[in-house]
Amino acid sequence: MSTATLQPTYNYKVVRQFAIMAVVWAIVGMGVGLFIATQMVFPELNLDLPWTSFGRLRPLHTNAVIFAFGGCVLFATSYYVVQRTCQATLALPKLASFTFWGWQLVIVLAAITLPMGMTSTKEYAELEWPIDILIAIVWISYAIVFFGTIMKRKAKHIYVANWFFGAFIITVAILHIVNSAAVPVTLTKSYSAYAGAMDAMIQWWYGHNAVGFFLTAGFLGMMYYFVPKQAGRPVYSYRLSIVHFWALIAIYIWAGPHHLHYTALPDWAQSLGMVMSLILLAPSWGGMINGIMTLSGAWHKLRTDPILRFLVVSLSFYGMSTFEGPMMAIKTVNALSHYTDWTIGHVHSGALGWVAMVSFGSLYHLIPRVCGREQMYSVGLINAHFWLATIGTVLYVVAMWVNGITQGLMWRAVNNDGTLTYSFIESVTASHFGYVVRAIGGAFFVTGVLIMAYNVFRTVRLGSENQQEGEVQASPAQTA
Amino acid sequence: MDINDLRGLSTVFAMIAFLAVCFWAYSGRKKHDFDEAATLPFEDDAAHINTRDARGVSSAEHADKDKGAIQ
Repeated sequence: MSTATLQPTYNYKVVRQFAIMAVVWAIVGMGVGLFIATQMVFPELNLDLPWTSFGRLRPLHTNAVIFAFGGCVLFATSYYVVQRTCQATLALPKLASFTFWGWQLVIVLAAITLPMGMTSTKEYAELEWPIDILIAIVWISYAIVFFGTIMKRKAKHIYVANWFFGAFIITVAILHIVNSAAVPVTLTKSYSAYAGAMDAMIQWWYGHNAVGFFLTAGFLGMMYYFVPKQAGRPVYSYRLSIVHFWALIAIYIWAGPHHLHYTALPDWAQSLGMVMSLILLAPSWGGMINGIMTLSGAWHKLRTDPILRFLVVSLSFYGMSTFEGPMMAIKTVNALSHYTDWTIGHVHSGALGWVAMVSFGSLYHLIPRVCGREQMYSVGLINAHFWLATIGTVLYVVAMWVNGITQGLMWRAVNNDGTLTYSFIESVTASHFGYVVRAIGGAFFVTGVLIMAYNVFRTVRLGSENQQEGEVQASPAQTA
Repeated sequence: MDINDLRGLSTVFAMIAFLAVCFWAYSGRKKHDFDEAATLPFEDDAAHINTRDARGVSSAEHADKDKGAIQ
């Protein structure tokens, strides 16, 4: 294996596989997202086929971006970071390889079953029971590889990034297994093991912690490694990172009920969810400040380093969306925002601005290193990607804010006699321009990802050329 | 004792747990350990390939350093 000659002590093969597939799934997932965003502008684009209708493609989009793109990034970075900060090679390389192929199989199965309309109907957990079992097996293997590597560590301490990755892996295993409990009827159909409001609460306990652990804790693990690494200085406050970790994981787990305000969920549970969501602002901002302050004294690097720019802007979006989230969890605000496009805007300021951008920054740091290169093929293209991603996110989020508040106000408007001022379709018509802007923003974002894919392709190719040269040059030294 | 006592106590317990983590993290005793842990991302650069080397010089050097490491 050619990589063995370049990085003898670390297993970079599985990291490289996941990193490359992350880029591939980013194109697919975000491409589907752009397609359904365009459907909202031109409904004819559903092509009058069940397989390409919004209702079936939307879960495909969310699963592809969260679990295919986000999942591959998390696997790649956690395997990379745990090896380098433990100074140990990955435990059980065969099992690590299984996690790669198993996870790709899950993604392919999702891409087949979701457009066919096979769904458990649980948001972000739509996959049917046989796939759920496969996910559980892959995930437990992931935990064994990750914690096995930590046990092999040469360093005395477990670096804080690994605490975040570890919490993410354990919690997602628990969330997935509990929420996916179901009674199978056939191979492709099952019913939830829970009923009524209990089912809804378990679903959103899962759903919100998918955000809190899959899309936050894991990506904070990346932040704690790649921001210091790219800035060339240790994290601003290691002590703050410890308080950040324990406070964040202890509080996130309680915030789920804010997805069920003004529903059949008992009122005290709604209030608890709201209060816990408000408290969540503190650890979220503690972490953001810790990341951004790591740059103090190195701010000048932002002028020349687009990778650092990706990381810092991702933290800014993280700060913004973790302020917006608690605000939207307040019941009176939620009464306006819930079920409107504001929610979609909030999710995407987190998903595009924070999750995707910190992923891009981390991948741009990691990919050349696991391919035996010092730098990406083109720094200029990273910069182009940065601006496309930033402009795309801002267009997307602003369009959804405007739409969301418009919809919320129209839906609650009543005439003097108590009848509704607007029909639902009037709010849809009023949203049309916002949908156009959103699709344009999405197109910017996807274009950026395509540029990234080209840049990664060239880097990987240069990397393998380099390795061949390296082997030739090394042979005299070897004999001597 | 009813359910509300339990609710009150759990709030107190969460508060104590939070303060305990803060005191532990900020105690002077741990400072050295944490300073050490904070440098972990940079430890591997010394032991392995320094990826910030100039590209032209490094490839040959890296390759034979690594060949050595395998054997």
